[in-house]
Amino acid sequence: MTTTMETSEASTAVQSQTMASRATEAARESGVRHLVSITDLDREGMLGIFHLADAFKEVAERPIPRVPALRGKTVATLFFEASTRTRLSFEAAAKRLSADVMSFSASTSSLEKGESLRDTIETIDAMGVDAMVVRHKSSGVPSQVRAWTKASVVNGGDGQHEHPTQALLDCYTIREALLERTPAGVAGPEDLRGMRIAIVGDVRHSRVARSDVLAMTALGAEVVLVGPRTLLPPSLEGWPVKATADLDGLLDSLDVVYLLRIQKERAQAALVPSMEEYHERFGLTRERAARLDERVLVMHPGPMNRGVEIAPEAADLPSSLITRQVKNGVLIRMAVLFHLLGAGGPLPAGAFGGIETGTTETSGAADA
Amino acid sequence: MARPGGRVFVARAQVMDTDEVSRALRRIAHEVIERNHGLGQVAVIGLQTGGVPLAERLVAVLREIEGVDVPLGTLDVAFYRDDIGLRPVLPEEVTSIPVDLTGATVVLVDDVLFTGRTVRAALDALADYGRARAVQLAVMVDRGHRELPIRPDYVGKNLPTRRDEVVDVTSEGVNIGELVAERSQR
Repeated sequence: MTTTMETSEASTAVQSQTMASRATEAARESGVRHLVSITDLDREGMLGIFHLADAFKEVAERPIPRVPALRGKTVATLFFEASTRTRLSFEAAAKRLSADVMSFSASTSSLEKGESLRDTIETIDAMGVDAMVVRHKSSGVPSQVRAWTKASVVNGGDGQHEHPTQALLDCYTIREALLERTPAGVAGPEDLRGMRIAIVGDVRHSRVARSDVLAMTALGAEVVLVGPRTLLPPSLEGWPVKATADLDGLLDSLDVVYLLRIQKERAQAALVPSMEEYHERFGLTRERAARLDERVLVMHPGPMNRGVEIAPEAADLPSSLITRQVKNGVLIRMAVLFHLLGAGGPLPAGAFGGIETGTTETSGAADA
Repeated sequence: MARPGGRVFVARAQVMDTDEVSRALRRIAHEVIERNHGLGQVAVIGLQTGGVPLAERLVAVLREIEGVDVPLGTLDVAFYRDDIGLRPVLPEEVTSIPVDLTGATVVLVDDVLFTGRTVRAALDALADYGRARAVQLAVMVDRGHRELPIRPDYVGKNLPTRRDEVVDVTSEGVNIGELVAERSQR
């Protein structure tokens, strides 16, 4: 693969920031929108996605949970790395918007026959797709793919870099839980201001953590990273977060405990002594779960290792949002696809001569 | 009043004052009752956003006349529009339809009927909530320039307009005017 960009985490983070802002510039010029990094959206952009997701929540509750919003658009899901929930979530989202879905997985593709990533992307582009959802084990691939296609590119998780739709659905789920607690008649919180969130586990290798830190802090939350030093980023420079190895000292001050998945390979690589010891020190054990205030929200991006980062019972606590995260994932991905392909699509100059753009535009409030 | 593209609505003339809007609503209410032989099975649905306050007022007048509380819903048609991708389309508010519409007579309410494209989208959207027995359309102003074979059942006022004019319905009445670039106004 020509696009492998496995550099050290700190530099990847910095690099991704500048790449993302350049990409936003480029997107503005070309009119094609992408979601490669969570930084492609600012605070207002994220709140806009949440607003759309609220509208899609109503759609999801109907007997026929489908709207014709993206009829005639084609969404290709290109998963070069195994995934069940993210892929199914994107495909469900596209189908509920009436888009056509093309699906691709690396194991059954011409990649097996030695086709390069670029040739694969250009082939799929030539078939005419409007959006490509890309997951790849190497950081930076979705960013690179933008250069090879006219379609909107959505990052479905790349290496240790980012997973922006996961961060959006996480923040949306927290906001939803806060709004449900707000008594009727009182204006609920707009963002995550005042929330103290601990992200616990393998932060160093986690694209979920990277996107979550950026999204949560942009929305006003305070984020603390918790884990053994071997699994925390070597440097926090440029990151508005603190880090600690003392989960117990923190537990009483938290609003959200966000547990990351620990991969078994980490023990083999001697980054943690054993899964049992990790569970004792950093897992949400039965004892810690009992100590937690019932208002503290428990989250996990899945798939869970029950007994490692979370005790088997703790995942089923009433304050656990884990299944809610999955449910909201579809809404957020509907919102992202609609945002990229429908909501703000640029007006093609000169196209549709029959439609007077002036009158269509003014008809916003004055047309029935 | 700010509009997309940094343009503002500048009223040139008032075409209906508050009393005239109230009287038109009252007449429409009587027409709804007469046409449907009462209010059994009738549901009123306001189109976001201009139709919603009018729908609320219509329901209040119907209650006053017949002593019946008619189910009231709101509908945002953003996801059903046929110009998605041609211009920014965003839902204003979340749709709320509190009753099963199967078998109901739905009175759609909007402020201004123009090209008819919003109503077309609304008909598509309604079909996803059940098979209404009938759908009727009430608008405060019919300004012409239809692009689809759609006609209203109840009209507050027929108002001949130019395509580039803008009709604005508020609680203070109905005005006709133009959208003007914000800068040229100062």
